[in-house]
Amino acid sequence: MGETQVFVTGMTDLFQNIGYFALAAAEPTKEPSVIGEFLQYAVSISPRLFEGLKMTIAMTVCSLALGIIVGLIACFCSISRFKILNMISGAYLSIIRGTPLMVQATFIYFGLSAVLGITISSFVASVIVLMLNSGAYLSEIFRSGINAINKGQMEAARSLGLPHGVAMRKIILPQAFRVVIPSVTNQFIITLKDTSILSVIGVAEMMRQSQQLVANNFRAFETYAIVAVWYYVLVIILTKLFQLLERRLK
Amino acid sequence: MMIKVKVENLKKSFGPLEVLKDINLEVKEGEVVCLIGPSGSGKSTFLRCLNKLEQPTGGSIIVDDHDLMSKDEDINKIRENIGMVFQQFNLFPHLSVLENIVLAPVDRKRMSRDQAVEKAKSLLETVGLLEKAMEYPSSLSGGQQQRVAIARALAMEPDIMLFDEPTSALDPEMVGEVLEVMKRLAAQGMTMVVVTHEMGFAREVADRVIFMDGGYIVEQGTPEEVFGNPQNKRTQDFLNKVL
Repeated sequence: MGETQVFVTGMTDLFQNIGYFALAAAEPTKEPSVIGEFLQYAVSISPRLFEGLKMTIAMTVCSLALGIIVGLIACFCSISRFKILNMISGAYLSIIRGTPLMVQATFIYFGLSAVLGITISSFVASVIVLMLNSGAYLSEIFRSGINAINKGQMEAARSLGLPHGVAMRKIILPQAFRVVIPSVTNQFIITLKDTSILSVIGVAEMMRQSQQLVANNFRAFETYAIVAVWYYVLVIILTKLFQLLERRLK
Repeated sequence: MMIKVKVENLKKSFGPLEVLKDINLEVKEGEVVCLIGPSGSGKSTFLRCLNKLEQPTGGSIIVDDHDLMSKDEDINKIRENIGMVFQQFNLFPHLSVLENIVLAPVDRKRMSRDQAVEKAKSLLETVGLLEKAMEYPSSLSGGQQQRVAIARALAMEPDIMLFDEPTSALDPEMVGEVLEVMKRLAAQGMTMVVVTHEMGFAREVADRVIFMDGGYIVEQGTPEEVFGNPQNKRTQDFLNKVL
């Protein structure tokens, strides 16, 4: 894990020292320059954004962990030989694909709670929405990964007397897993960024935090630029982690 | 001699296309049967019906007293006794050569892992690839891959082996090494059904040559009869083209 560790400690150092960099940049001129002021502001809002970041990461991790499970189930339903399961997963996929994430989120958070008379926290609601959303897309990714494996592989396994389930588990899935890593990375990034949409139901993630900052100080340009950088860095870190994983598997 | 395979009135259609029209065949224990014929004649489909990789549309297939068309038979159990070698080798690319061979016998509880590894090594030795045991299939040549595929099929200790054009995807210089392994297997008394375009192999090794065309068995007999004195016009035409 040497490479990963170096990367992680490097990133931690960077975060810890970001204040010093900002101060160093601000120091030379007595009256603060535009850039200096910008950096100072970036540092001053970082505790607030860090709170949001924790929420963003929690949402992403929870919904993707569940989304993978949902995706696998939906994938096996769609390749099953039972028509009824095909139909269920087909309907699920088409509903998720056919409606905007923001509609799904508001429907579940406001709509369902109104009808069912239960209140769910905005965090739970957003994890459910993102789970269902990423699950649908992941199921398609998994399915295409399985289909990408030459059918001769299944035939060879079956010709040796291996039952379908064993052939799937030991021959097809391990190969499909490698095939889908790039697409799964992509979906993870999309879900990570989609958490920002959940600001609409009031989850205190990064986007929501920055909106509240702007509501108080009207510094929209700087605030949103800064939060964009935070998202960007987060996505880069995620991408790097998956590239490491992919290289390891080769 | 014991009948290993008995096929009666076998039919197979893909949608409206009838590929096998009425196939009747018996294969005796230790017999080497070569199926020849033009492409599209149904040879491969017929072979794949013998271990139910293709589901026949009608007729009956009895292998070692097991009725393949019966719902009560465990097809996986039957397949354990029928080895198959494919045109495209179909080795498992994510597993080493050794693991390719060991996987099925261990999973199907034919033998312990130690026994299976022992067995795999001795099989690799007989196909001349012991030193490749830890390599991955992608680092092997086509001929080597096909020899590993034969070893993999033999690891289950089948008593029938099916070969589906085992040398058609090979570079010409690698055909010989694979045919050599098959010849030795035949000499050891393995029951073999071989779909092939290697007329030399069929002439030399086969006990019986079967010429298929248009979904029927058109002609069959010893290699001398079929190659030396073909009776049917279609057999004559085909042999004129390929020989």
